[in-house]
Amino acid sequence: MQLNCPLPKLDFDVITLGHGSGGVLTHRLLDTGVFNVLKNDLLNEQHDGAILNFSGPVAFTTDSYVVTPIFFPGGNIGELAVNGSINDLAMCGAIPEYLSLSFILEEGLRMEEFWEVLLGIKKASEEAGVSIVTGDTKVVDKGKGDKVFINTTGLGRLHPKANIHANRVKPGDKILVSGPVAQHGVAILSVRQGLEFETTITSDTQSLHRQVIKLLDVLGEDVKFLRDPTRGGVATVLNELAAQSGYGVEIIQKDIPVSEQVEGACELLGLDPLYVANEGIFIAVVAEHKANEALSILKSFHPPTSIIGTVTHEHPKQVIQHSRIGGRRIVSMLPGEQLPRIC
Amino acid sequence: MKYLSEYRDAALSQELLHDIKSIVTKPWTLMEVCGGQTHSLVKNGILKMLPEQITMVHGPGCPVCVTPIHIIDEAIELSQKLNVIMCSFGDMLRVPGTKISLLEAKANGADVRMVYSPLEAVKIARENPDKEVVFFAVGFETTAPANALSVVQAAKQNVKNYSILTSHVLVPPAMEAILSDPETTVNAFLAAGHVCTIMGYNEYDPIAEKYKVPIVVTGFEPIDLLQGIYMAVKQLENGEAKVENQYIRYVQREGNTHARQAIDEVFAVSDREWRGIGTIPKSGWEVNEAYRHYDARRKFNLVEEISEDNTTCIAGEIMKGKKKPFDCPHFGKDCTPEKPLGSPMVSSEGACAAYYHFSQAEALPS
Repeated sequence: MQLNCPLPKLDFDVITLGHGSGGVLTHRLLDTGVFNVLKNDLLNEQHDGAILNFSGPVAFTTDSYVVTPIFFPGGNIGELAVNGSINDLAMCGAIPEYLSLSFILEEGLRMEEFWEVLLGIKKASEEAGVSIVTGDTKVVDKGKGDKVFINTTGLGRLHPKANIHANRVKPGDKILVSGPVAQHGVAILSVRQGLEFETTITSDTQSLHRQVIKLLDVLGEDVKFLRDPTRGGVATVLNELAAQSGYGVEIIQKDIPVSEQVEGACELLGLDPLYVANEGIFIAVVAEHKANEALSILKSFHPPTSIIGTVTHEHPKQVIQHSRIGGRRIVSMLPGEQLPRIC
Repeated sequence: MKYLSEYRDAALSQELLHDIKSIVTKPWTLMEVCGGQTHSLVKNGILKMLPEQITMVHGPGCPVCVTPIHIIDEAIELSQKLNVIMCSFGDMLRVPGTKISLLEAKANGADVRMVYSPLEAVKIARENPDKEVVFFAVGFETTAPANALSVVQAAKQNVKNYSILTSHVLVPPAMEAILSDPETTVNAFLAAGHVCTIMGYNEYDPIAEKYKVPIVVTGFEPIDLLQGIYMAVKQLENGEAKVENQYIRYVQREGNTHARQAIDEVFAVSDREWRGIGTIPKSGWEVNEAYRHYDARRKFNLVEEISEDNTTCIAGEIMKGKKKPFDCPHFGKDCTPEKPLGSPMVSSEGACAAYYHFSQAEALPS
């Protein structure tokens, strides 16, 4: 990442336990770092909480980020922590407005690394038009963390036309995926210790609320289900859709966008792209008669968008994939972590 | 994508299916040796597309499935020693030993690390000179070269706190064991492409000749499998029994000579117990005398014991091709990937796991 905001001159090179003490070092870290970088009127109050004005329905979410390594092709844990909670709000049909930001830092973290994460947070929140209005910083002993853990909590106003519930899904509805699958998970694996392989695959981490708002503006209640397939991938979301709606789900393998590089890497590692994590795509279920309109809206944001399947009366609560060569198979929920194979 | 999309081509698949249907006149039972092939057959829906005269049965080629339970117990026991870092491929972490799995040992505080290569374990040994690092060296001929190389590297770098706990098994003796069984129904083999990439296929000629079975070295993509099936059925229909190579883009008759040299440098052939099958003579590799200091069994004075396996699991029958996962009364009921009775339900290459994940659709209308 290009550091467009140079690291300020500090009298410490690494995070120490003192930075979590609440004393002078904490204030120095926050004043020169966090507040200075993320400044806005509410954060500048430097209070323990933020006072917000809302009327009408509000979506509320929280998530913790523990990704290893914290820097990966296409992003870092800071961007992920901002985009992740924004996307969780967007998947409720909400327009994200405010985030909290809580750091758990490991003693010994280099200030350059902290700074880069912070700039990732700034970049992602500015791009999304979301303000970080409150937060917290703790430091744990070396060896008791993994450089940086981040928790973000998000608040957003519900879009007036949003009515996103799995129980509104009906047979005939179409399932769309808003971009190529499995990019984030493979990008992370490509830099994971012991597995480093050369690739140009980058994480797809990005905020998705603008796409969702546009869909809701145009299609309103014909958008019935939204979910971003992060951990567990597309297969897990489709299984949730089938279980929660009570209907069957059929997907067409050849229509699922997967880049050639991602597909090749998954093949080598023995991973199924359907189960690999994503950070910048979502699954949408829309009424059949609006599917093509939804497709063209989403394609205007991201051309690889595709209609990948249909909700059906058959095989309730199961997901079936039609293979490229004309066969069929169940796509089940992953029982645990997907582990690379032996041979 | 070169070497991928062209082997998943729908039109070519249909052509091959048509070719298979056009030549088959009798019922034949074919065994795909490798678990990766089983998964591909099930995942791509090929089993249901084949003519009804062809029965595919699943072989013993899942490295996780055939690792004896007492060796998993040994790995767990070693991991619980205070000074040991136990390194393993991801697949092996979930397999239950007699009481717990390596993953559970890790959760209980053992230093168990998932690595992607044994060379990574050597690096961990270098970085932790006050610890003993053990790599759980399991698998077929495919993983053996890298495991051997890790020992050679450790020796060259004078890394003395590294050793391997071996459970290496060899495919040809297992094929012979299956064919020697008077109850076998196997008429032909699809030999495991990855294994032959290393070992070549010269050693299959005497087996094909002795037992009069066609053996076709076969890859893992849908087109590979359909072509391999076609070649095997064609031989059967013509009354032939020879070794053919479908996987020519990767496999040469003599295999990979460098990889074989690494194996010969470090390992010696030994009798080996296969989980669910029993002991097969000369079907495994152990660390040889020259590298005895890198053999975890000798280093930690482990005594190999034959432990009782779960008798309710019919893994052995499945891996010998006598039964299919659906024949097991426990399948999908009290044996699931979340709570497996036996290893074929655990491994990403296990036949039961393949059926469980991809093939419950058998019950669906076609």
